[in-house]
Amino acid sequence: MSVLKADNITMQFGGLTAVSKFFIELKEGELVGLIGPNGAGKTTIFNMLTGTYKPTKGKIYFYNKEINGKGVDRITSLGIARTFQNIRLFSDLSVLDNVKVGTHVHIKSSVWKTITHWPSYLYEEEKIHERAIDLLKIVHLENLKNHLAGSLPYGEQRRLEIARALATSPKLLLLDEPAAGMNPQESKDLMKFITEIQNRFQLTIILIEHDMKVVMGICRRIVVLDYGKTIAEGNPSEIQNNPEVIKAYLGVEATNYA
Amino acid sequence: MKKKNLYFLLNISVVILITFFIIIANKNLDSYVIRILNLCAIYIILGVSLNLINGFTGQFSLGHAGFMAIGAYVSALLYMSPELKEANYFITPLIWPLSVIQIPFVFSLIIAGLISAGVGFLVGVPCLRLKGDYLAIVTFGFSEIIRVTFNNLQNVTNGPIGLKGLPIYTNLWWSFGIAILTVVVVKNLINSSYGRALKSIRENETAAEAMGVSLFFHKSLAFAIGAFFAGLGGALLGSFIMTIDPNTFSFLLTFQLIVIVIVGGLGSITGTIISAIIITVLMELLRSVEAPMNIFGLHLPGVPGMRMLVFAILLMTVVLFFKKGLMGKKEWSWDGLFKKIFPMQREIEKGN
Amino acid sequence: MTYNALLQNLSNGISLGFLFALIAIGYSMVYGILNLINFAHGDIFMMATFFAYYAIIIFSLPWGLAFFVAIFLTILLGVSVDRFAYRPLRNSPRISCLCSAIGMSFLLENFAIVVFGGRPKAFFRPEIFTKMHTLFGVRIHSVSIITPIIAILALLVLTYIVHRTKVGLAMRAISRDFDTANLMGININKTIAFTFAIGSALAAIGAILWALRYPQIYPYMGIFPGWRAFAAAIMGGIGSIRGATLGGFLVGILTIMIVVFLPALAGYKDAFIFIGVIVVLLFKPKGLFGEE
Repeated sequence: MSVLKADNITMQFGGLTAVSKFFIELKEGELVGLIGPNGAGKTTIFNMLTGTYKPTKGKIYFYNKEINGKGVDRITSLGIARTFQNIRLFSDLSVLDNVKVGTHVHIKSSVWKTITHWPSYLYEEEKIHERAIDLLKIVHLENLKNHLAGSLPYGEQRRLEIARALATSPKLLLLDEPAAGMNPQESKDLMKFITEIQNRFQLTIILIEHDMKVVMGICRRIVVLDYGKTIAEGNPSEIQNNPEVIKAYLGVEATNYA
Repeated sequence: MKKKNLYFLLNISVVILITFFIIIANKNLDSYVIRILNLCAIYIILGVSLNLINGFTGQFSLGHAGFMAIGAYVSALLYMSPELKEANYFITPLIWPLSVIQIPFVFSLIIAGLISAGVGFLVGVPCLRLKGDYLAIVTFGFSEIIRVTFNNLQNVTNGPIGLKGLPIYTNLWWSFGIAILTVVVVKNLINSSYGRALKSIRENETAAEAMGVSLFFHKSLAFAIGAFFAGLGGALLGSFIMTIDPNTFSFLLTFQLIVIVIVGGLGSITGTIISAIIITVLMELLRSVEAPMNIFGLHLPGVPGMRMLVFAILLMTVVLFFKKGLMGKKEWSWDGLFKKIFPMQREIEKGN
Repeated sequence: MTYNALLQNLSNGISLGFLFALIAIGYSMVYGILNLINFAHGDIFMMATFFAYYAIIIFSLPWGLAFFVAIFLTILLGVSVDRFAYRPLRNSPRISCLCSAIGMSFLLENFAIVVFGGRPKAFFRPEIFTKMHTLFGVRIHSVSIITPIIAILALLVLTYIVHRTKVGLAMRAISRDFDTANLMGININKTIAFTFAIGSALAAIGAILWALRYPQIYPYMGIFPGWRAFAAAIMGGIGSIRGATLGGFLVGILTIMIVVFLPALAGYKDAFIFIGVIVVLLFKPKGLFGEE
């Protein structure tokens, strides 16, 4: 079952072409890494997939339905969720409320039922609460549930962002540099964490990362981007030995991680 | 018994207490004090509804007076008797069918609120992509356009002359009743999933959208509900001060509401309530400063403009030194009160 | 309408346009550098007229000196407003600055009511400003001649300062990129203060010319020209001096023309201004006359 197909999508801003004819097709359960030097267009691709940008050319299919030009919130309701390169939490809301916001997209109660505290709404609130607590337990943040999100240390903020994205019940999860700023132990935990949630929630995941240990460790397929174009695609060892990739990006580092 | 049920009973008790208070007040209190109580309640309605848009959803609107004007005029045109209308519209007659309609106050309120809500929605739509200063300007612009339009539509609003001799329907039952309704509705909304969605828009629009929160739906919701209650507030005000004209609902009024909301705390219903009461009382006290006074045989001339000067200084002081206002984003709640009275309980709960 | 009347109205419109332009530039410059709409600008304009008035009435200064004193005092006022109401909030959320600006506006207006009194006062009009002249067969008020001359002079000085001095360079740098300018060692606060000084000076010049033309001054007099000039700044392209100037003309001429050609709609002229602002903000936020 094809989860996502980006059919030669191109993104142009005025005279600048940020992404050129990007193609990818993902099946259910895949964990794909998207790597490349800074400015290669990786986050731009995420922005196109989530609806923040409308591709200048090309089409995007999610479960075979075209999602080009649909609104960001609509695409999230269809099942694509993301985290951000620069953390974008709701700082003045509690950790728990941050996660709960993620559940709002699938709420069934109407505004009217909400205001009048209809029993079905009250029941739904309880369920939302339980689900949010469960998600916080998975990221080990449930003890901080009433703390303000902005007061959390960096690493925990990153985990909260992931919990929040998971709250939207996504089928496809886009993680933008989740390991940024982590030490080696934290990165190892993150790798375990990502594979765990992938199994638990049956997710398809695309991962943008600069930490090669993480990418080579958990991704079975890797796409390499440079100046907006795909320059290589394959499994970790193929990528590490690809001369184009080595020239553009990896350097000597990655050959140690085979 | 379960905490939820306890709190519910406590809330009901408060409402019953207020009911008794109103009965006693109507019998025993000076009409001047009753006037102040009514004004406090009306400003609570206006302040809380403004806070929904500005404080909780983070859309800094300066258009509230416009929604109030619509509420006041729509309701007045509906509850005024045809004779009163004829007496008022002596230069240009009121158009049909408004000239012959007269419906009970309660229905005029509902319709006024709904029409205000509709206008609130229409104002909110163009504001979707605007932020900060621009949003403030556009909402202010709409409010001015409404004012100017009302000033010119002689055959509908009676133009600059306004409407005089309006029957006084507003009393403590109406003002307190609608104030309680406003607080309950806004509170229930804010503490729900929809409320969290509104707050997420305030915190970070991009992230909110990415989490599936529809900016269009939720911003419109805030504007519509905020405008609805502003309309009710305007209608109550109209039937209280007995005359309305397009300049009754000027930027000055919006400014007073902004002061109330900022002083109380942009994200707190409790703060707005406290602040509305304090500022309404302050406004009345300062009114006496503006009129000449005789104290111990000393004739002190009135100082007009002093009231608003004090207000402006108050706003500046809060903005510069007490940025979060009285309550910031905190709310008073039964839960919070019990945790203060029974701190041991709080420790036990923390362990959970 | 007669040729004569048309020219007269046109000259009125142009004159008015210059006045709006002088005030609009103040709005534009402050917005360009601080991303703040200085609501109090129109009231600073108002205070200038009172400074001049009292300089003449109480201190019996000759009018030329009084006007300069007024401009000087207005500059002080403008810089103080920034120093005490806006500077403390440089790092605060935008809403705080907005509220501070609105509060400042009300503060100045009501201060004026309390101290100067709400009743309009007659501004002193020196002889030479009350004569009518005949130019190309059209009778024009001398103020309508003086206004463009002084305004153009002021604009030339302004252009020189912005484009040929170090301070002007600093101002342009800050409006381009606040953080980098800071890192490059530009004294942000001094430059911002200078921006307010210039904006206030222009507003003061505009205020005096305005008071010579409409010699009734009162505390709320800044509201009408303030919002018009502000609309001019927005429609011309906020942040741009050229935009503010051209916007000022647009608004000035339109104001006169609507009253003259569409008298039935004259009551709505305030609404038109705001419709114009809303339309521009929604569809062409950079303004009609582009960016600088």
